[in-house]
Formats: sequence, C-alpha cells, structure tokens
Amino acid sequence: MTFDEVFEKLKTKFPDAILAKEETKPDPAVKIEPSKIKEILAFMRDELKFETLGCISGVDYPKIPALCVVYHPTSYTHKTIVALKAYLPRTEEPSIPTVTDLFKGANWLERETYDMFGIRFTGHPDHRRILCPEDWVGYPLRKDFKSPDYYNGMPVPLYFAEEEKTDTGGHA
Amino acid sequence: MISQETIVPGSHESLKTDELLINMGPQHPSTHGVLRVVIVTDGEIVKTARPEIGYLHRCFEKHSENVEWGQVIPYVDRLDYLASMNNAMGYSMAVERMLGVEVPRRAEYIRVIIAELQRIASHLMSFGTYGLDMGAFTAFMYGFRDREMILDIFEKISGARLLYNFMWVGGTYRDITPEIVEQIRSFLTYFKPKVDEYNTLLSYNKIFIERTKDVGVINLQTCFDYSLSGVMLRGAGFKWDLRKDVPYSIYKEVEFDVPTGSGEMGTLGDCWDRHIVRMREMKESIRIIEQLLDGIPEGPHRAKVGKIIKVPAGEGFSRTECPRGELGFYIISEGGTGAYRVKCKSPCFLNIAILDELGKGQMVADLVATIGSLDIVLGEVDR
Repeated sequence: MTFDEVFEKLKTKFPDAILAKEETKPDPAVKIEPSKIKEILAFMRDELKFETLGCISGVDYPKIPALCVVYHPTSYTHKTIVALKAYLPRTEEPSIPTVTDLFKGANWLERETYDMFGIRFTGHPDHRRILCPEDWVGYPLRKDFKSPDYYNGMPVPLYFAEEEKTDTGGHA
Repeated sequence: MISQETIVPGSHESLKTDELLINMGPQHPSTHGVLRVVIVTDGEIVKTARPEIGYLHRCFEKHSENVEWGQVIPYVDRLDYLASMNNAMGYSMAVERMLGVEVPRRAEYIRVIIAELQRIASHLMSFGTYGLDMGAFTAFMYGFRDREMILDIFEKISGARLLYNFMWVGGTYRDITPEIVEQIRSFLTYFKPKVDEYNTLLSYNKIFIERTKDVGVINLQTCFDYSLSGVMLRGAGFKWDLRKDVPYSIYKEVEFDVPTGSGEMGTLGDCWDRHIVRMREMKESIRIIEQLLDGIPEGPHRAKVGKIIKVPAGEGFSRTECPRGELGFYIISEGGTGAYRVKCKSPCFLNIAILDELGKGQMVADLVATIGSLDIVLGEVDR
C-alpha cells in the first residue's frame, strides 16, 4: 500500500481530522488534527494493518510557531511507514491525548517527548521525565533552550553556547 | 500462591513476609551497563521490576542539531558502542537518502562485509555475556577471543578498536586492501566451525536450557504492542528482517535465511529462542560475507559529496537492521550544513521498556536471564 492510498483511505474515513498532505521529500507526511490522534491510530491499526507504532518524535518550530508531535505507524503487512504530524500551539505545556492504551510501547516514547519538549500527554499512566533527572528545569530539545549555569550546585559545561565561537567540537 | 484458608497457625507458612525493595544497578554486572532496575520482591518472586534509565544520556539529538552532517557520525558510533559500524551505516544511509546520492558499488560491498562482521562481533559479545549471566564463564572467554580477531581487522581498516568513524556519508572513509580481504577470509575459515562448537558448549547445555527455557516469554502480539524489533520479533517466530523484507544496500543480491525461534526447548518466544536466533544469525552473516568477498568490484570507495555537505530541505525516516533491532533515523533538514532535527529510533530503548511486564511473577534469578536475553546496550537506550 503506497502513501497516497493510505492518505485517501484516511481522508475518506476522517474528512475533518485529516488536514493536509505535506509534500516533503523524500518522505511525505499527513497533517492531522491533534485531538483525533487516538481514533486515527486505532483505525490504522485495526483496518489498515499498521500493526505497530514505530516511533514518536517531537519537533520544535519556533518560526511557525508550533510544537509538533510526529507519529510513525509501521506496517509489517505492507512493509511501509507513514508519518502523521500533529501541530500543537507553542505554549509552556501544550497537550495531546495519549495513545498508551492502543500501543503499550508508546509509554516510554511519550515520556521522552515530554522530557525533551514539554508536551503533555493527557491520560498517560506514568507521566514523568525519563532521560533527564526529575528536577531538571526546562525542555532541552526546544530551540530556545538555555543550558543552566549550575545544576544542584555543580557548574554545567557550556557545550552549546560557546560552540560556534570557538569551534572546539563542542567541548568548552 | 497459598490461599488464606489453607494456612495452619504455627506452621512456617503463617510467618509474616514483607515486600522488599531492591535496587539492581546502576552498577551491577548483569545489567550490561548503567541500567537501574527498581525491584519489589516478595521472597524470591519479583512483583515489579521498573527500569530507570538516563544515566548515560549524552544529548545525542541536541548535539546533532549543533554540528555539521558529517560530524554527527562520531556521535552515532557512540550510540550502540558494540555495533558502531551498523549504527554509522544506518545514519549515513539516512543522509544519503535525503541527498539522493548513489553510493559506489565498491563502497556498498565494503559496507555490507564490515557490517556483517560487526554483527558477528556483537552477537559474540551477547553470547559471551549471556553465558556469564547464566554462570558459564567459558563462553565469555571464547566469545571475547573470537571478537578480538574481528576487532583486529577493524583496527587495520580504521585505526580504532571500538569507535571506528569508518562509515561515511557517500561510502566509507578509507578503502580496504587485498591483505585485509585475506585476513577476513582466514578469520571466516577459522570461525565457521566455531558456531557449532559454541552451540554444543552453551546452547544445548542441559543447565543452560533449564535456566532459559519457558523464561521471559514474549509472544508476537506483545512484540507489536511494545514496538519490539529485531531478535525479539524473530524469537517470537515472526520472519521479519529488514535486510530481507525491505532490502537496502546490496542485501537483495545475496542469499541468506532469516532464522526464527520455534519453541524447540519450551515455549515459543522464550529466552532460549532469542539466544539461538542470535547464534544462527552469525552463521548467516558468515554466508553473506563469503558470497561478497570474491567479487568486490574496483572503483572509488566514496561518492563525491563535497567537504561541506548541504542536504536539501525535507524530511525522511529510514531504518536499518542492526544486531539489536531496527534502528531508525528521522531526519529533518532545512537546507543547511547541519540537521534541523535528528531523531534516533533506538531499538534498545523500546526493547527494555517491556521488562516491567516480563518481570512480574518471575523468580529473581530469572530476571537476570530475561535482561540478558533482551541484549541491550545502554549507550543506545539513553543516547
């Protein structure tokens, strides 16, 4: 099943929730309405045979401005991956429904997205940071993240701030 | 479980037991790195086993946004440090796909040969340490002895023994010489009978079978639920290998089988099944290398991509089959000299997430067997 076929099927099933086709190269993506993510993924899993959820990634677009959650449902039957992009307002903690009740593997992926981008997944059973320490302030993968000078009294090396000026390969 | 009615007052069963919280790791020999598992036990039975990760988090994704496309490769090497070549190959292929660059035939041959050697080295490590987890020290020594020979080959081609920086966007960083081809050939002649020997030594050992059969059973639906990949899928009897099903590079030109578990010793998808899939994959890797060694074509070993790579704006998700599962790179470019966003879909991160479900109701010793059979590398879990 090609991307266009999947898109047509989704468009007929959810005329309101499928917003547009993003003609990015090499892989196109489907722009979706964030609040309908659960219904779309359930439909893809049960009807279109996208058995598993390969990946959940966050992307920060300060220019739009938006925070984006990208889902990659994966099909073993059709041997393909489709990208679903849900754009959220770029606020302190925007929210999107969790999909942990559809795919248990989404649990950690959503925790990671929360940890890095501060996107809240409503209804998540274990909503904590996963890679950063629990008392970490800020969301590191946002484009405007500033590394703190001190963490628990320890000086934090200036990895990113000094890099462009000195070109030491990231080590200040 | 003993129901309340059958307990006789004064007998040993009436003794009050309490739950005990144990921290396994972050420094623990059988967690294979800095993994911390918070275990609540009731006697010898595990009630919950919650993995806590992040001790080795090195901001891979943040770094990739701040350096040039080619400079990401050393960081990629450090993800799964037991299979650096496969990681770097996956990333290079993802960038090449965005660039639309055709890789020279010679480079494809070198890449696949080296990647399969790395797969053998990685599975040897898994074989050795798994034996060690199960109390068999000999397997560990044998596994490391043979892995050492592969590392010698890698040292000759790249100058390094663990983190090679060898796979490069557009091909490989250096060429290989006929002398190295001979060395690989003699290694294969030496190593070919060893897999069977190791199977006799460990895989079909009575004690080892007793320790691993019917333990940590993962069925196919659970694999789909938890997005597991690689050996987990094949151990559950599902014939899926990206090299075969979505062929990349020159894998569609070589013949090899995809070994799957069949529940030979117990239940389908138990620890033993996953172990034997790894052992059989080593044999298939040998087959692949043997087919390629004779016909390495002449020509350049790297496509011309320029010193400063500029990737056209766009986004793509590409995945490759690494020793530990499907490694995916979701790359967004805005047309600059560096990435706008690199997301690494790490197989180990998803594979270890299942531990809590597997651990419930197991004996403590079986938990060690289960963690070992997942074969995780914490560098890739934490990134």
